Amino acid sequence: MLKEKLLDIRDEYLSFFTPAGEIKALNGVSFSMDEGEVLGIVGESGSGKSVTAYSIMGLTAYPGRLVGGSIRFNGHDVEKMSEKELRKMRGNEVSIIFQDPMTSLNPVYTIGNQIEEVILLHTDKTRDEAKKRARELLELVGINEPDRRLKQYPHELSGGMRQRVMISIALACEPKLLIADEPTTALDVTIQAQILELMKELRSKLDMSIIMITHDLGVVASMCEKIAVMYAGHIVEYGTADEIFYEPGHEYTKGLIKSIPKLNSSEPERLVPIEGQPVDLLNPPKGCPFAPRCGSCMKICLREMPEKTELSETHYCYCWLHGKAEFEKGGGEE
Amino acid sequence: MNNRLPGLHLKAEDFIPATAEEKESLVIMRDSVNFWRDGLRRLKKNRVAMVSLFFILLIMIFAYVLPSFWPYTYDQQIRTSENLSPFTYGEAELARIEAGEKVFPHICGTDKLGRDFAVRLMMGARISLTVGLVCAAIVLVIGALFGAIAGFAGGWVDNIMMRFTDIIYTIPDILLIIIMAMSLKPALEQLVTHKGFLWLQKLGPNMIAIFLVFALIYWVGMARITRSQVLILKESEYVTAARALGAGSARIIRKHLLTNCIGTLTVTTTLQIPSAIFTESYLSFLGIGVQVPMPSLGSLATDAVKGMNTYPYLLLFPAILISVIILVFNLFGDGLRDAFDPKLKD
Amino acid sequence: MGKYIVKRVGMGLLSIFVVATLTFFLMNMVPGGPFVAEKSISKAAQEALASKYGLDKPIMERYFTYITDFLKGDMGYSLRQRGRTVSDIIFSKFPVSAGLAGIAVAVALCVGIPLGCLSAYHRGKFGDRFIIVLATCGIAIPSFISSVVLLYTFGSKLNLLPTIGLNSFKAYIMPVTALAIYPSAYITRLMRSSLLDVMGQDYIRTAKAKGLAGFRVMFKHALRNAILPVVTYVGPMLAGLMTGSFIVEKIFTIPGLGREFVSSITNRDYTMIMGTTIILATLIIVANVVVDILYKVIDPRINLK
Repeated sequence: MLKEKLLDIRDEYLSFFTPAGEIKALNGVSFSMDEGEVLGIVGESGSGKSVTAYSIMGLTAYPGRLVGGSIRFNGHDVEKMSEKELRKMRGNEVSIIFQDPMTSLNPVYTIGNQIEEVILLHTDKTRDEAKKRARELLELVGINEPDRRLKQYPHELSGGMRQRVMISIALACEPKLLIADEPTTALDVTIQAQILELMKELRSKLDMSIIMITHDLGVVASMCEKIAVMYAGHIVEYGTADEIFYEPGHEYTKGLIKSIPKLNSSEPERLVPIEGQPVDLLNPPKGCPFAPRCGSCMKICLREMPEKTELSETHYCYCWLHGKAEFEKGGGEE
Repeated sequence: MNNRLPGLHLKAEDFIPATAEEKESLVIMRDSVNFWRDGLRRLKKNRVAMVSLFFILLIMIFAYVLPSFWPYTYDQQIRTSENLSPFTYGEAELARIEAGEKVFPHICGTDKLGRDFAVRLMMGARISLTVGLVCAAIVLVIGALFGAIAGFAGGWVDNIMMRFTDIIYTIPDILLIIIMAMSLKPALEQLVTHKGFLWLQKLGPNMIAIFLVFALIYWVGMARITRSQVLILKESEYVTAARALGAGSARIIRKHLLTNCIGTLTVTTTLQIPSAIFTESYLSFLGIGVQVPMPSLGSLATDAVKGMNTYPYLLLFPAILISVIILVFNLFGDGLRDAFDPKLKD
Repeated sequence: MGKYIVKRVGMGLLSIFVVATLTFFLMNMVPGGPFVAEKSISKAAQEALASKYGLDKPIMERYFTYITDFLKGDMGYSLRQRGRTVSDIIFSKFPVSAGLAGIAVAVALCVGIPLGCLSAYHRGKFGDRFIIVLATCGIAIPSFISSVVLLYTFGSKLNLLPTIGLNSFKAYIMPVTALAIYPSAYITRLMRSSLLDVMGQDYIRTAKAKGLAGFRVMFKHALRNAILPVVTYVGPMLAGLMTGSFIVEKIFTIPGLGREFVSSITNRDYTMIMGTTIILATLIIVANVVVDILYKVIDPRINLK
């Protein structure tokens, strides 16, 4: 029997029940991760990246609810766990780094207090040991003068520094899975590079799985082995980093790649934006969600959701263009 | 590589490129979002706010319309009909009923001078509402202007103007109201005897003093709110854009800043109404409210205190009415806030 | 911090000066004087009294005399309660009012904060709705109405509680209740909305992601941030309680400073008006400075300059 995956999400449907109606945030998301694997989830805002990540920790915000499917983490069904079991898992086995370090730390407690809190909660360490561990952690994430920093309040630190603190909180209990929810989006470009460098370094130092959520393909390219491209609550394409970048199967992925500026290109070229507006998840179209913005949209795309096309063992996508190729091939044989 | 056969239901024409119109038709456009329409929609959905609005209208009719049709007036004293319980008649009235005349019942009884209490309640509500509305308007005009100018000017002008509000803020308002009401009274009494100011006589100098005090000190909160709104908006890009296009300061204040503050201003003004009514009732209770025989809800309650053991209903009616008025304005203000000012929302 | 306090105190002194000046000239605008109302005194005697207290001098001179005397710590004699100094009267009446207001503040905080937390914790459920309805009604009832209704039911009809004075523990119940209803209700609403606001912040999500239990998230991470608006409200609350106390003191016949203030105005007792106004203004200003310092203690981000 195969060793069980660390994370196995099957057919996850999740909706937010707002006064305006049901917002279908996730529409059948499936993927799995092995231990030590690094997965990048790419997509524009509202595509369901963060919602997927929060649901792994059982942190789905009100009024969101899991409507169907299952999430198995480390051999447990997350949706069946009690609140107590979930709390034992959060910050301990799975932890998360949020997007905006400026608002993610509590302004009225010291850095030390906030790091030690999670250590004291999940381990048997005494206060002094926790303090020692907090100091180690700050050194690990590259903060100088850790003793002084421990006594400081968040507002006395820069954005990059605060994100390092967030990372140290996330790493405090050596989680099996680290979720990084756009960890660099809110930071300056130079600081972004530093934080990414730190994450790469930590990844090789500590053996853990990472889910890297971002809308920046450049970030995932440098870090992730596998990439999932999300659009309107669907994973529209999944594959290894090489496959996604060199043989993209979905029109949306192609669009995303085209919209990355290339500095080394010798010919003058224009950036190609993806036209149109994201889907209204309150009334999702019944066909392919990307169809209205797709340059190669066909009649069938507007009517039916494409089926899964496996392009290789590790690479699949949902697009009718592959169906078309198949159909024409089949038609030729007839 | 392919392990899936295309579905049998597929036909060649399915793979014809879709036209732009077909693509368009798929995108269901939601109604365009408009600040006012969106807010009104939210407000209409808020049942508590709508019920409050209904009550506000009802009280308005009660206070402003009904007294004109009432067979009694607020200062009309009916002999032999003093201190009547609700729905009873005095001797003279009973005699008239005997004689076959129709006598309109005293729904809320009469007071110790034989005045119909129902109509006095209406007039009391009218005064209280007027105080609330006028004061809110005064506060709005002065506060919004002051705050907008301070916020917009910035620098030392802002600094001086804000220090000024700080001082006013620390002045205990109720002390000032009482002292002003007392001291302005004679001056105002002089004023109202002049031609052209006679209409003020009915309200009495105390009422005018209350308005003046509101105009002098209560606008501070409004000014601060407006200023902070202006400061936020000032930094926003469309104002920079307007300035780059050569729009003058006055135009920017009027056209961009005030229109964008309007949600916050509406809410704060609405919530100012009950607070003014509250203050007026206190002053009436302390004996420095409206001029007799004009009643306000506060003075009606005060007059009833002495006789409350014998005629508790004389106290009960104005007490309930005043609480209901404050309650519905508060609830409606909360509803407005939820609908139009998501920033202030809880 | 020290510099800030000096600045605030300076500002406060300026405010008090403005209040005192304003009061002085306003009250002197009122025609009639402290002795006119006393019909038993002859015209000549009135004039003699006026000159004894210096009321016959020009107003500017009186103003400067008052200010210089005040700075020496002399608030003068009461013009109506003859033979007693203003400071005497204030010192005998102040503790009564302060005690009443102090207890009411304590009650309001002890009722409002827990109710607000409870309401926010059970957001949208029956308990929350019930508390909100109660609090909304609470802020719609002026204290004179609640006083009178209490007096009527518990005092006159049921005869359970004393209706006059503050001579026993039982006597405190009604005036304190009447005073505390509005601020309790207000704090409940403030606490709830502030807590709900804070519960939506990113750092609360961080706390939940750490695996902290719901009540720890609420009481450690949310409450300390959410209490700030309540702290800010304490200053205005004290001013509001004073207003309330004039009325409550009048209704329950309590010999406090509020009643003294109102009657001094109707009696044109100039020195008493000045004395009480300055004391009450000082009290409110001191409360505001204390609130600012408390704010700094709770929120390390606040930089008092």
